[in-house]
Amino acid sequence: MSELDDLLVEARSGNRRSLSRLLTLVEEGHNPPIERGIGSSLGITGPPGVGKSSLIGKMIDVWVERGESVAVLAVDPSSPRSGGALLGDRMRMTNADSSDLVFIRSLATRNHPGGLMDCLTPMVAILSECGWDNILIETVGAGQSEIRVVAFADRILLVDGPDRGDIIQAEKAGIMELADLIVINKSDLPEAERAAEAVKSALSVAEDEFTPEVLLVSAHSGMGVEELIVQLENTTTSSERERLRVRERLISAWDSALLTSSKLDDILQALEKGSITLLDAVNSIRKDG
Amino acid sequence: MIEYRAKCSNRFIEGYHRCRKNDLTMRIVVAKPGLDGHDRGAKVIARALRDGGHEVIYTGLRRTPDEIVRIVIDEDAGAVGLSSLSGAHSVLIPRVCEGLRASKMDNVIVFAGGIIPEHDRASLYDVGVRAIFGPGTTSTEILEFLSTIEERSESGDPVGVGEEAGWHW
Repeated sequence: MSELDDLLVEARSGNRRSLSRLLTLVEEGHNPPIERGIGSSLGITGPPGVGKSSLIGKMIDVWVERGESVAVLAVDPSSPRSGGALLGDRMRMTNADSSDLVFIRSLATRNHPGGLMDCLTPMVAILSECGWDNILIETVGAGQSEIRVVAFADRILLVDGPDRGDIIQAEKAGIMELADLIVINKSDLPEAERAAEAVKSALSVAEDEFTPEVLLVSAHSGMGVEELIVQLENTTTSSERERLRVRERLISAWDSALLTSSKLDDILQALEKGSITLLDAVNSIRKDG
Repeated sequence: MIEYRAKCSNRFIEGYHRCRKNDLTMRIVVAKPGLDGHDRGAKVIARALRDGGHEVIYTGLRRTPDEIVRIVIDEDAGAVGLSSLSGAHSVLIPRVCEGLRASKMDNVIVFAGGIIPEHDRASLYDVGVRAIFGPGTTSTEILEFLSTIEERSESGDPVGVGEEAGWHW
Protein backbone atom coordinates (compact mmCIF):
# COMPACT_ATOMS: atom_id res chain seq x y z
CA MET A 1 0.00 0.00 0.00
CA SER A 2 1.19 3.50 -0.79
CA GLU A 3 1.54 6.32 1.71
CA LEU A 4 -1.69 7.80 0.41
CA ASP A 5 -3.62 4.57 0.97
CA ASP A 6 -2.34 4.38 4.53
CA LEU A 7 -3.32 7.99 5.16
CA LEU A 8 -6.82 7.36 3.80
CA VAL A 9 -7.30 4.37 6.12
CA GLU A 10 -6.23 6.47 9.12
CA ALA A 11 -8.28 9.47 7.99
CA ARG A 12 -11.37 7.24 7.65
CA SER A 13 -10.97 6.20 11.28
CA GLY A 14 -11.12 9.86 12.30
CA ASN A 15 -7.45 10.89 12.39
CA ARG A 16 -7.47 14.60 11.48
CA ARG A 17 -3.70 14.74 11.07
CA SER A 18 -3.82 12.05 8.39
CA LEU A 19 -6.79 13.66 6.66
CA SER A 20 -4.98 16.98 6.62
CA ARG A 21 -1.76 15.43 5.26
CA LEU A 22 -3.71 13.55 2.59
CA LEU A 23 -5.38 16.76 1.41
CA THR A 24 -1.95 18.40 1.09
CA LEU A 25 -0.65 15.55 -1.07
CA VAL A 26 -3.71 15.72 -3.31
CA GLU A 27 -3.33 19.50 -3.56
CA GLU A 28 0.26 18.96 -4.68
CA GLY A 29 -0.97 16.76 -7.50
CA HIS A 30 -0.65 13.21 -6.17
CA ASN A 31 -3.24 10.79 -7.41
CA PRO A 32 -5.81 10.25 -4.70
CA PRO A 33 -6.49 6.65 -3.65
CA ILE A 34 -10.19 7.16 -4.27
CA GLU A 35 -12.76 7.22 -7.03
CA ARG A 36 -13.62 10.66 -8.31
CA GLY A 37 -17.23 11.72 -8.09
CA ILE A 38 -17.92 10.45 -4.57
CA GLY A 39 -19.69 12.96 -2.34
CA SER A 40 -21.50 16.18 -3.01
CA SER A 41 -20.34 19.69 -2.27
CA LEU A 42 -21.99 23.06 -1.87
CA GLY A 43 -20.14 25.99 -3.42
CA ILE A 44 -20.56 29.33 -1.68
CA THR A 45 -19.56 32.39 -3.62
CA GLY A 46 -20.25 36.09 -3.83
CA PRO A 47 -18.48 39.44 -4.09
CA PRO A 48 -15.80 40.44 -1.56
CA GLY A 49 -17.14 41.78 1.72
CA VAL A 50 -20.72 40.47 1.54
CA GLY A 51 -20.11 38.21 4.54
CA LYS A 52 -19.60 34.75 3.05
CA SER A 53 -17.21 33.55 5.76
CA SER A 54 -19.33 35.03 8.56
CA LEU A 55 -22.43 33.38 7.11
CA ILE A 56 -20.62 30.03 6.86
CA GLY A 57 -19.62 30.50 10.51
CA LYS A 58 -23.30 30.81 11.44
CA MET A 59 -24.31 27.90 9.19
CA ILE A 60 -21.67 25.76 10.92
CA ASP A 61 -23.28 26.61 14.29
CA VAL A 62 -26.67 25.34 13.07
CA TRP A 63 -25.24 22.10 11.69
CA VAL A 64 -23.14 21.43 14.79
CA GLU A 65 -26.19 22.04 16.99
CA ARG A 66 -27.97 19.31 15.04
CA GLY A 67 -25.00 16.99 15.46
CA GLU A 68 -23.98 17.14 11.80
CA SER A 69 -20.35 17.54 10.79
CA VAL A 70 -19.07 20.23 8.40
CA ALA A 71 -15.92 20.46 6.31
CA VAL A 72 -15.02 23.72 4.56
CA LEU A 73 -12.51 24.20 1.75
CA ALA A 74 -11.92 27.97 1.79
CA VAL A 75 -10.26 29.13 -1.43
CA ASP A 76 -8.45 32.48 -1.70
CA PRO A 77 -6.29 33.81 -4.53
CA SER A 78 -2.50 33.49 -4.65
CA SER A 79 -0.52 36.60 -5.42
CA PRO A 80 0.49 36.51 -9.09
CA ARG A 81 3.72 38.31 -8.18
CA SER A 82 5.11 36.35 -5.22
CA GLY A 83 3.06 33.15 -5.47
CA GLY A 84 2.27 33.61 -1.78
CA ALA A 85 -1.20 33.97 -0.34
CA LEU A 86 -2.93 35.48 2.67
CA LEU A 87 -5.70 33.13 3.74
CA GLY A 88 -7.99 34.78 6.26
CA ASP A 89 -11.35 33.07 5.89
CA ARG A 90 -11.17 31.09 9.08
CA MET A 91 -10.85 34.20 11.24
CA ARG A 92 -14.59 34.71 10.61
CA MET A 93 -15.50 31.16 11.59
CA THR A 94 -14.10 31.30 15.11
CA ASN A 95 -16.63 29.04 16.82
CA ALA A 96 -15.44 26.23 14.64
CA ASP A 97 -11.94 25.60 15.94
CA SER A 98 -12.80 23.69 19.07
CA SER A 99 -15.45 21.31 17.71
CA ASP A 100 -14.58 17.85 16.43
CA LEU A 101 -17.52 18.23 14.05
CA VAL A 102 -15.80 20.97 12.04
CA PHE A 103 -12.83 20.85 9.69
CA ILE A 104 -11.63 23.94 7.83
CA ARG A 105 -8.84 23.93 5.25
CA SER A 106 -7.68 27.17 3.62
CA LEU A 107 -6.51 26.74 0.04
CA ALA A 108 -4.64 29.13 -2.22
CA THR A 109 -5.44 29.12 -5.95
CA ARG A 110 -1.70 28.77 -6.69
CA ASN A 111 -1.97 30.51 -10.07
CA HIS A 112 -2.82 27.34 -11.93
CA PRO A 113 -2.91 28.07 -15.66
CA GLY A 114 -6.50 28.60 -16.76
CA GLY A 115 -7.61 28.81 -13.13
CA LEU A 116 -7.89 25.02 -13.09
CA MET A 117 -8.26 23.68 -9.54
CA ASP A 118 -9.11 20.09 -10.28
CA CYS A 119 -7.78 19.02 -6.88
CA LEU A 120 -11.14 20.11 -5.44
CA THR A 121 -13.06 17.11 -6.82
CA PRO A 122 -10.83 14.47 -5.18
CA MET A 123 -10.67 16.54 -1.98
CA VAL A 124 -14.45 16.51 -1.75
CA ALA A 125 -14.41 12.74 -2.41
CA ILE A 126 -11.91 12.20 0.43
CA LEU A 127 -13.89 14.35 2.88
CA SER A 128 -17.07 12.52 1.98
CA GLU A 129 -15.38 9.13 2.33
CA CYS A 130 -14.17 10.19 5.78
CA GLY A 131 -17.76 10.82 6.85
CA TRP A 132 -18.11 14.60 6.71
CA ASP A 133 -21.85 15.31 6.36
CA ASN A 134 -21.71 18.77 4.80
CA ILE A 135 -18.88 19.76 2.49
CA LEU A 136 -18.54 23.42 1.48
CA ILE A 137 -16.28 25.13 -1.02
CA GLU A 138 -15.98 28.87 -0.39
CA THR A 139 -14.60 31.22 -3.02
CA VAL A 140 -14.70 34.93 -3.77
CA GLY A 141 -16.96 35.43 -6.77
CA ALA A 142 -15.10 38.41 -8.12
CA GLY A 143 -14.16 37.32 -11.62
CA GLN A 144 -13.97 34.61 -14.21
CA SER A 145 -11.29 32.55 -12.51
CA GLU A 146 -13.26 32.37 -9.26
CA ILE A 147 -16.37 31.29 -11.14
CA ARG A 148 -14.28 28.50 -12.56
CA VAL A 149 -13.28 27.42 -9.07
CA VAL A 150 -16.81 27.33 -7.71
CA ALA A 151 -17.98 25.44 -10.80
CA PHE A 152 -16.26 22.40 -9.26
CA ALA A 153 -19.01 22.32 -6.59
CA ASP A 154 -22.18 20.29 -7.17
CA ARG A 155 -24.58 23.01 -6.05
CA ILE A 156 -23.96 26.73 -5.73
CA LEU A 157 -25.19 29.25 -3.16
CA LEU A 158 -24.68 32.86 -4.21
CA VAL A 159 -24.33 35.37 -1.38
CA ASP A 160 -24.96 39.01 -2.14
CA GLY A 161 -25.40 42.11 0.00
CA PRO A 162 -27.52 45.25 0.10
CA ASP A 163 -24.71 47.77 0.10
CA ARG A 164 -23.24 47.03 -3.28
CA GLY A 165 -25.07 49.41 -5.53
CA ASP A 166 -26.62 47.96 -8.62
CA ILE A 167 -27.43 44.27 -8.78
CA ILE A 168 -26.36 44.40 -12.44
CA GLN A 169 -22.85 43.77 -11.09
CA ALA A 170 -23.82 40.23 -10.10
CA GLU A 171 -25.37 39.62 -13.50
CA LYS A 172 -22.33 40.98 -15.28
CA ALA A 173 -20.12 38.53 -13.42
CA GLY A 174 -22.18 35.69 -14.93
CA ILE A 175 -22.49 33.97 -11.59
CA MET A 176 -26.26 34.31 -11.29
CA GLU A 177 -26.88 31.74 -14.01
CA LEU A 178 -24.90 29.20 -12.02
CA ALA A 179 -26.60 29.76 -8.65
CA ASP A 180 -29.05 27.18 -7.30
CA LEU A 181 -29.99 29.38 -4.36
CA ILE A 182 -29.37 33.08 -3.68
CA VAL A 183 -29.19 34.80 -0.30
CA ILE A 184 -29.01 38.49 0.46
CA ASN A 185 -26.93 38.83 3.61
CA LYS A 186 -27.02 41.75 6.07
CA SER A 187 -30.83 41.67 6.23
CA ASP A 188 -30.47 43.90 9.29
CA LEU A 189 -29.55 46.76 6.96
CA PRO A 190 -32.40 48.84 5.51
CA GLU A 191 -31.59 48.29 1.83
CA ALA A 192 -31.63 44.47 2.05
CA GLU A 193 -35.31 43.98 1.10
CA ARG A 194 -34.85 46.15 -1.95
CA ALA A 195 -31.75 44.23 -3.03
CA ALA A 196 -33.70 40.97 -2.69
CA GLU A 197 -36.55 42.39 -4.81
CA ALA A 198 -34.05 43.55 -7.43
CA VAL A 199 -32.53 40.06 -7.65
CA LYS A 200 -35.97 38.46 -7.88
CA SER A 201 -37.06 40.77 -10.66
CA ALA A 202 -33.80 40.14 -12.53
CA LEU A 203 -34.43 36.41 -12.25
CA SER A 204 -38.06 36.68 -13.32
CA VAL A 205 -37.14 37.74 -16.85
CA ALA A 206 -34.84 34.74 -17.31
CA GLU A 207 -36.21 31.82 -19.25
CA ASP A 208 -34.91 29.18 -16.88
CA GLU A 209 -37.45 26.60 -15.90
CA PHE A 210 -36.15 26.42 -12.36
CA THR A 211 -35.36 29.88 -11.06
CA PRO A 212 -33.46 29.89 -7.77
CA GLU A 213 -35.12 30.96 -4.53
CA VAL A 214 -33.99 34.26 -2.99
CA LEU A 215 -33.70 34.42 0.81
CA LEU A 216 -32.78 37.15 3.29
CA VAL A 217 -30.32 36.30 6.07
CA SER A 218 -28.21 38.10 8.64
CA ALA A 219 -24.87 36.53 9.51
CA HIS A 220 -24.61 39.26 12.15
CA SER A 221 -27.72 38.32 14.14
CA GLY A 222 -28.17 34.78 12.82
CA MET A 223 -31.66 35.62 11.54
CA GLY A 224 -32.77 33.43 8.65
CA VAL A 225 -29.80 31.05 8.88
CA GLU A 226 -31.84 28.05 10.06
CA GLU A 227 -34.37 28.71 7.29
CA LEU A 228 -31.45 28.81 4.84
CA ILE A 229 -30.23 25.38 6.00
CA VAL A 230 -33.76 23.94 5.58
CA GLN A 231 -34.06 25.54 2.16
CA LEU A 232 -30.70 24.08 1.13
CA GLU A 233 -31.96 20.59 1.97
CA ASN A 234 -34.83 21.13 -0.45
CA THR A 235 -32.76 22.73 -3.18
CA THR A 236 -31.69 20.64 -6.12
CA THR A 237 -29.77 21.81 -9.09
CA SER A 238 -31.23 21.96 -12.59
CA SER A 239 -29.84 20.15 -15.59
CA GLU A 240 -29.23 23.50 -17.28
CA ARG A 241 -27.07 24.71 -14.44
CA GLU A 242 -25.31 21.37 -14.22
CA ARG A 243 -24.46 21.78 -17.91
CA LEU A 244 -23.12 25.30 -17.27
CA ARG A 245 -20.90 24.10 -14.44
CA VAL A 246 -19.51 21.23 -16.47
CA ARG A 247 -18.89 23.72 -19.25
CA GLU A 248 -16.88 25.98 -16.94
CA ARG A 249 -14.80 23.01 -15.75
CA LEU A 250 -14.12 21.99 -19.34
CA ILE A 251 -13.07 25.52 -20.28
CA SER A 252 -10.59 25.70 -17.40
CA ALA A 253 -9.14 22.32 -18.38
CA TRP A 254 -8.90 23.53 -21.99
CA ASP A 255 -7.18 26.81 -21.03
CA SER A 256 -4.83 24.91 -18.79
CA ALA A 257 -3.88 22.59 -21.67
CA LEU A 258 -3.34 25.60 -23.94
CA LEU A 259 -1.22 27.56 -21.46
CA THR A 260 0.95 24.58 -20.60
CA SER A 261 1.42 23.49 -24.23
CA SER A 262 5.07 23.18 -25.24
CA LYS A 263 4.16 24.89 -28.52
CA LEU A 264 2.78 28.01 -26.85
CA ASP A 265 5.84 30.23 -27.30
CA ASP A 266 6.32 29.23 -30.97
CA ILE A 267 2.67 29.81 -31.72
CA LEU A 268 2.68 33.22 -30.07
CA GLN A 269 5.74 34.21 -32.10
CA ALA A 270 4.18 33.00 -35.33
CA LEU A 271 0.99 34.92 -34.55
CA GLU A 272 2.97 38.04 -33.81
CA LYS A 273 4.77 37.79 -37.16
CA GLY A 274 1.46 37.10 -38.85
CA SER A 275 2.73 33.88 -40.42
CA ILE A 276 -0.27 31.89 -39.09
CA THR A 277 -3.87 32.79 -38.33
CA LEU A 278 -5.66 32.30 -35.01
CA LEU A 279 -7.51 29.34 -36.52
CA ASP A 280 -4.18 27.74 -37.57
CA ALA A 281 -2.96 28.22 -34.01
CA VAL A 282 -6.01 26.52 -32.51
CA ASN A 283 -5.74 23.63 -34.97
CA SER A 284 -2.06 23.20 -34.23
CA ILE A 285 -2.68 22.95 -30.47
CA ARG A 286 -5.57 20.54 -31.00
CA LYS A 287 -3.31 18.22 -33.00
CA ASP A 288 -0.90 18.37 -30.08
CA GLY A 289 -3.60 16.92 -27.80
CA MET B 1 3.29 42.68 -26.12
CA ILE B 2 1.45 39.38 -26.12
CA GLU B 3 4.71 37.51 -26.09
CA TYR B 4 5.95 39.64 -23.23
CA ARG B 5 2.85 38.97 -21.19
CA ALA B 6 2.98 35.25 -21.86
CA LYS B 7 6.61 35.14 -20.84
CA CYS B 8 5.83 36.98 -17.65
CA SER B 9 2.99 34.70 -16.70
CA ASN B 10 5.11 31.69 -17.51
CA ARG B 11 7.89 33.06 -15.40
CA PHE B 12 5.56 33.48 -12.44
CA ILE B 13 4.36 29.93 -12.81
CA GLU B 14 7.87 28.54 -13.26
CA GLY B 15 9.05 30.63 -10.32
CA TYR B 16 6.25 29.21 -8.27
CA HIS B 17 7.07 25.61 -9.14
CA ARG B 18 10.74 26.26 -8.59
CA CYS B 19 9.84 27.39 -5.10
CA ARG B 20 7.74 24.31 -4.56
CA LYS B 21 10.48 22.01 -5.76
CA ASN B 22 12.97 23.40 -3.29
CA ASP B 23 10.15 23.51 -0.81
CA LEU B 24 10.87 27.15 -0.11
CA THR B 25 7.16 27.88 -0.01
CA MET B 26 5.72 27.08 3.38
CA ARG B 27 2.23 27.04 4.81
CA ILE B 28 2.48 29.23 7.90
CA VAL B 29 -0.16 29.88 10.56
CA VAL B 30 0.03 33.37 12.09
CA ALA B 31 -1.83 33.31 15.39
CA LYS B 32 -2.85 35.62 18.21
CA PRO B 33 -3.05 33.60 21.43
CA GLY B 34 -4.88 34.86 24.48
CA LEU B 35 -6.83 38.03 25.19
CA ASP B 36 -4.50 40.41 23.41
CA GLY B 37 -6.58 42.54 21.07
CA HIS B 38 -3.92 44.17 18.92
CA ASP B 39 -3.02 42.56 15.63
CA ARG B 40 -1.49 45.20 13.41
CA GLY B 41 1.93 43.57 13.88
CA ALA B 42 0.60 40.10 13.13
CA LYS B 43 -1.08 41.38 9.96
CA VAL B 44 2.08 43.12 8.79
CA ILE B 45 4.02 39.88 9.32
CA ALA B 46 1.33 37.90 7.48
CA ARG B 47 1.64 40.23 4.46
CA ALA B 48 5.43 40.15 4.55
CA LEU B 49 5.40 36.34 4.53
CA ARG B 50 2.92 36.33 1.66
CA ASP B 51 5.13 38.70 -0.31
CA GLY B 52 7.98 36.31 0.42
CA GLY B 53 6.02 33.62 -1.46
CA HIS B 54 4.52 31.77 1.50
CA GLU B 55 0.92 30.73 2.09
CA VAL B 56 -0.19 32.37 5.32
CA ILE B 57 -3.23 31.39 7.34
CA TYR B 58 -4.23 34.14 9.74
CA THR B 59 -6.30 32.98 12.73
CA GLY B 60 -7.74 36.28 13.91
CA LEU B 61 -7.74 37.49 17.50
CA ARG B 62 -8.14 35.73 20.85
CA ARG B 63 -7.43 32.09 20.14
CA THR B 64 -6.69 29.50 22.81
CA PRO B 65 -3.53 27.36 22.60
CA ASP B 66 -5.72 24.30 21.87
CA GLU B 67 -7.44 26.10 19.00
CA ILE B 68 -4.09 27.13 17.55
CA VAL B 69 -2.81 23.55 17.67
CA ARG B 70 -6.02 22.37 15.97
CA ILE B 71 -5.60 24.99 13.24
CA VAL B 72 -1.97 23.97 12.59
CA ILE B 73 -3.11 20.33 12.23
CA ASP B 74 -6.10 21.04 9.97
CA GLU B 75 -4.11 23.39 7.76
CA ASP B 76 -1.13 21.00 7.64
CA ALA B 77 1.11 24.01 8.30
CA GLY B 78 4.88 23.70 8.52
CA ALA B 79 5.31 26.67 10.83
CA VAL B 80 3.38 28.79 13.28
CA GLY B 81 4.12 32.38 14.27
CA LEU B 82 2.70 33.49 17.63
CA SER B 83 2.20 37.19 18.27
CA SER B 84 1.83 38.37 21.84
CA LEU B 85 1.71 41.91 23.19
CA SER B 86 -0.19 41.33 26.40
CA GLY B 87 2.54 39.92 28.64
CA ALA B 88 1.05 36.41 28.73
CA HIS B 89 3.70 34.92 26.44
CA SER B 90 5.37 32.80 29.16
CA VAL B 91 2.10 30.94 29.73
CA LEU B 92 0.51 30.78 26.30
CA ILE B 93 3.48 30.06 24.04
CA PRO B 94 4.73 27.00 26.01
CA ARG B 95 1.17 25.63 25.93
CA VAL B 96 1.05 25.81 22.15
CA CYS B 97 4.44 24.05 22.00
CA GLU B 98 3.27 21.30 24.39
CA GLY B 99 0.04 20.88 22.43
CA LEU B 100 1.94 20.47 19.17
CA ARG B 101 4.24 17.83 20.68
CA ALA B 102 1.28 16.00 22.25
CA SER B 103 -0.31 15.87 18.77
CA LYS B 104 2.90 14.45 17.26
CA MET B 105 3.50 17.67 15.30
CA ASP B 106 7.15 17.63 16.35
CA ASN B 107 8.45 18.94 13.04
CA VAL B 108 6.41 22.18 13.11
CA ILE B 109 8.56 25.31 13.45
CA VAL B 110 7.44 27.74 16.15
CA PHE B 111 8.50 31.37 16.16
CA ALA B 112 7.22 34.29 18.19
CA GLY B 113 6.96 38.05 18.00
CA GLY B 114 5.62 41.06 19.82
CA ILE B 115 6.66 42.40 23.19
CA ILE B 116 8.74 39.64 24.77
CA PRO B 117 11.39 40.92 27.21
CA GLU B 118 14.91 39.59 26.94
CA HIS B 119 14.80 37.83 30.33
CA ASP B 120 11.79 35.72 29.29
CA ARG B 121 13.33 34.50 26.07
CA ALA B 122 15.61 31.70 27.27
CA SER B 123 12.73 29.71 28.74
CA LEU B 124 10.81 30.02 25.46
CA TYR B 125 13.80 28.78 23.46
CA ASP B 126 13.97 25.85 25.89
CA VAL B 127 10.41 24.74 25.03
CA GLY B 128 11.15 24.73 21.31
CA VAL B 129 10.63 28.29 20.05
CA ARG B 130 13.22 28.87 17.29
CA ALA B 131 13.08 32.66 16.91
CA ILE B 132 11.69 35.68 18.72
CA PHE B 133 11.24 38.87 16.73
CA GLY B 134 10.75 42.11 18.61
CA PRO B 135 9.88 45.63 17.51
CA GLY B 136 12.09 46.93 14.71
CA THR B 137 12.54 43.53 13.04
CA THR B 138 12.57 43.82 9.25
CA SER B 139 10.52 41.49 7.11
CA THR B 140 13.73 40.47 5.33
CA GLU B 141 15.07 39.14 8.60
CA ILE B 142 12.04 36.90 9.11
CA LEU B 143 12.32 35.59 5.56
CA GLU B 144 16.02 34.92 6.14
CA PHE B 145 15.12 32.99 9.27
CA LEU B 146 12.77 30.80 7.22
CA SER B 147 15.43 30.14 4.55
CA THR B 148 17.89 29.19 7.27
CA ILE B 149 15.27 26.83 8.69
CA GLU B 150 14.95 25.33 5.22
CA GLU B 151 18.70 24.79 4.90
CA ARG B 152 18.97 23.30 8.36
CA SER B 153 16.07 21.00 7.78
CA GLU B 154 17.62 19.81 4.49
CA SER B 155 20.85 18.90 6.26
CA GLY B 156 18.91 17.10 9.00
CA ASP B 157 19.55 19.60 11.81
CA PRO B 158 16.79 20.00 14.41
CA VAL B 159 14.33 22.84 13.75
CA GLY B 160 10.90 21.54 14.83
CA VAL B 161 9.21 22.19 18.16
CA GLY B 162 9.61 18.58 19.24
CA GLU B 163 13.15 18.19 18.01
CA GLU B 164 16.25 18.75 20.12
CA ALA B 165 16.32 22.29 21.53
CA GLY B 166 19.51 24.34 21.45
CA TRP B 167 19.63 26.13 18.14
CA HIS B 168 17.67 29.32 17.74
CA TRP B 169 17.86 32.34 15.45
